[in-house]
Amino acid sequence: MPYTLTVNGSERSLESRDPDQPLLYVLRNALGFTGPKFGCGLGQCGACTVIADGSPIRSCQLPISAAQGMKITTIEGLGTIEKPHPVQAAFIEEAAAQCGYCTNGMVMTSAALLAQNPKPSVEEVKQALAGNLCRCGTHDRVLRAVMRASGRQKT
Amino acid sequence: MTSTGIGAAVRRKEDHRFITGKGRYTDDINRPGQAHAYFLRSPHAHAKIKSLDVQGAKTKPGVLAILTGDDIATDKVGGLICGWMIHSKDGSPMKAGPHPALAQGKVRYVGDHVAVVIAETVGEAKDAAEAIKIEYEVLPAEVETASAQRQGAAVIHDVAPDNTVYRWHLGDKAKTDAAFAAAKHVTKIDLTNNRLAPNPMEPRAAIGEYDSGDGVFTLYTTSQNPHVARLVLSAFIGIAPEHKLRVVAPDVGGGFGSKIFIYAEETVCVWAAKKVGRPVKWTSDRTEAFLSDAHGRDHVTHAELATDENGKITALRARTIANLGGYLSTFSSSVPTYLYAPLLSGQYDIANIYCEVDGVYTNTTPVDAYRGAGRPEATFVVERLVEAAARELGQDPAKFRRKNYIKSFPHQTPVIMTYDAGDYAASLAKAMEIADYANIGKRKRESAKNGKLRGIGISSYIEACGIAPSQAVGSLGAGVGLWESAEVRVNPVGTVEVLTGSHSHGQGHETTFAQLVSERLGVPFENVAIIHGDTDKVQFGMGTYGSRSGAVGMSAIYKALDKVIEKGKKVAAYVLEASAGDIEFKDGKFTVKGTDKAADFGAIALQAYIAHKFSGQELEPGLKEGAFYDPTNFTFPAGVHICEVEVDPGTGSTRIERWTAVDDFGVVINPMIVEGQVHGGIAQGVGQALLEGVRYNADGQLVTASYMDYAMPRADDLPSFHVGMTVTPCPSNPLGVKGCGEAGAIAAPAAVINAITDAVGHEHVAMPATAETVWKACQRASQKLAAE
Repeated sequence: MPYTLTVNGSERSLESRDPDQPLLYVLRNALGFTGPKFGCGLGQCGACTVIADGSPIRSCQLPISAAQGMKITTIEGLGTIEKPHPVQAAFIEEAAAQCGYCTNGMVMTSAALLAQNPKPSVEEVKQALAGNLCRCGTHDRVLRAVMRASGRQKT
Repeated sequence: MTSTGIGAAVRRKEDHRFITGKGRYTDDINRPGQAHAYFLRSPHAHAKIKSLDVQGAKTKPGVLAILTGDDIATDKVGGLICGWMIHSKDGSPMKAGPHPALAQGKVRYVGDHVAVVIAETVGEAKDAAEAIKIEYEVLPAEVETASAQRQGAAVIHDVAPDNTVYRWHLGDKAKTDAAFAAAKHVTKIDLTNNRLAPNPMEPRAAIGEYDSGDGVFTLYTTSQNPHVARLVLSAFIGIAPEHKLRVVAPDVGGGFGSKIFIYAEETVCVWAAKKVGRPVKWTSDRTEAFLSDAHGRDHVTHAELATDENGKITALRARTIANLGGYLSTFSSSVPTYLYAPLLSGQYDIANIYCEVDGVYTNTTPVDAYRGAGRPEATFVVERLVEAAARELGQDPAKFRRKNYIKSFPHQTPVIMTYDAGDYAASLAKAMEIADYANIGKRKRESAKNGKLRGIGISSYIEACGIAPSQAVGSLGAGVGLWESAEVRVNPVGTVEVLTGSHSHGQGHETTFAQLVSERLGVPFENVAIIHGDTDKVQFGMGTYGSRSGAVGMSAIYKALDKVIEKGKKVAAYVLEASAGDIEFKDGKFTVKGTDKAADFGAIALQAYIAHKFSGQELEPGLKEGAFYDPTNFTFPAGVHICEVEVDPGTGSTRIERWTAVDDFGVVINPMIVEGQVHGGIAQGVGQALLEGVRYNADGQLVTASYMDYAMPRADDLPSFHVGMTVTPCPSNPLGVKGCGEAGAIAAPAAVINAITDAVGHEHVAMPATAETVWKACQRASQKLAAE
């Protein structure tokens, strides 16, 4: 079946035999957006997060058929190294990444949060990131980065 | 210090790609024509394979091949190895059972590899796997560490009829027993070091590829040490000779030890690629990761500490049973032996130490190194014992520690190690100050007013890292040397490429290593590229684990840079028309002593390549130097972590209120990166202490195989960390660095449990200290109080 997805502002057409195929695999394999990562495939770790119609979505849980018609942003569409999104710039400044694998989910979830709530409290940031696992233990730095991106400082 | 040199908090180069989604991990790679592998795994912990019929499954759509243990045998694919020989105390070699990449006749844990299906898609491979006909004769399973050796236990490997891999020991038993006999006081403790699942966020993955034109195999893999993988796949498993096997470990999404090892899956992908004539890709799903990534820890220990009438520690003895799982993983045998018992002196001057360790087989996932590897287990034993002894003797735990600290260096412990430098009392004093230890009584009373219990716990840890002097580890049974290599290639325009045998999977080497080069050559940080993780580029290397990349990997770079500077001086002598002995190099400039003649580093690099100013007979053109660095000793990072908790006795829930970490890592290259490593280690240590635990049921079924069942630390579980440093430069390497990657994971569990037990009236609390465990301890404490 043909599908049309709107990813990072461009319409992309593709074929898929399976309407239930998770968006994550479509993005990674058919469309070449490898920024979203496979961490668990069960919506339990957050590494695959993309922003769909303004909300952070676990792309491993979103069927391609449901993703049609949504405006999807992957981390590749969020900002560039020359023109980073404030969250991306803050992640560099606070050294909030280590191995870089959960970083996609942390950045995308945080960017979606700040779009909806530009001045969150630390507790609200923790709440927003409660579903994003990081094994390198960067949690404290990630919180600092999100607060920095919001124009506040974490104490 | 320059803004990008040694000691500067330079922001990480690698983050540019990580925060824009441009990192390149193994699963991001797809090769033309690639097929997919799916492993059929054992559903039983222990069973004989009575029959295995793949014929029907082979006819399913998309299937290219189904391979089993019989094919492994036919093709003479060697078994997976354990690379560290441990001898039992009677001198006999360890009992290592066969470990084929695909099971041959028997399975030994849930998740053991029975067959692999290679198909056009993963979905087709899974469908075909369901059609494989297999008949098992289920055998009784041994799961528990403490009981695996009992009489009548099911035999897991014929070579080890009592399920005992080795009965090893270290230290002087007679002397230690005599010291205990003479002791004024003996403190006894029984501990379980809980089994952990490593859980890097990137699941393991591999792509095997075979080029029939030149007979070369390529393996893309999630490895912490691609050269070691190539060596093992070549020399032991025998798939291809090293010059016909390229191993690439690109960006790797965390390892924590679990990606050191050479597993069945990458072995099979390489082997199968030639058999099916297509690249073969495998990516672990998360359940497979829980089942098949080597686990960590899993010790059961009885330990005792002897003190004299002055409260001086006179002896320590420990008896540990270490669960090694169903097979011996690559370095498993060394973890509960030489990475454990030599650290049982902790930071203390203890004249007599004796330790016995039995390594046992069980029907569980193999156990191997996990962040800290042996040293967290040792620190947990020492710091729980010391804390318990101080409490029994009615002494302040901080004072008791200070009294018993080693105070002069070098210090020879009775268990192999020669500590080269440290100032333990300085770390303790600084940590107590930051933690406001003096006013803990007041804070306890405030908590009590609110019906809460507050406790404080110290962990004075030490680790041996910068692994390791090759001769020393060779004499202890290691199958490899543990040096590191580096090559520094200066380009004609003065930019620099450094090829290192270290591998970065979160440590930020592209930044710290470039800082070293920038500082020493005086070239801009941006003009330095660090290259790692590809055996076609880097000639050889031993990889990254055991906090070795700074102390060993950077020392190799340091040595190669020495050679570059020496060669540069020779070129400069011709260019500046002076004798080589008069050339000095500083801040990126070659100068002639006592004159104003100078040439910058880039100009000399260009002259080295143009080679117009000197005869090729007198001096070789070019500017490229390599070095192998073999350390002279381990390094000994040490420090003090103080954890303060508040326990709700009504629910047993524990909150960490404060965390203070004062570490002595020697010279620090990038404090921002080092602090991040400390945070990460503490997060994993707190995870072990409060949340994490791999659980099997009595049949050997893994019941914690997802993030819904295995609790990983999240932002809300962790406090803000107060991190301080003390510095005693390491005398054993040219940079004075010690290593920081594992410290937090080593220090943290004892700090947490010491704090909780302080809060709950010294009752025993096992890890993970879940609300239920702590609540029960509170109940016991209040019953005792009522009885008094």
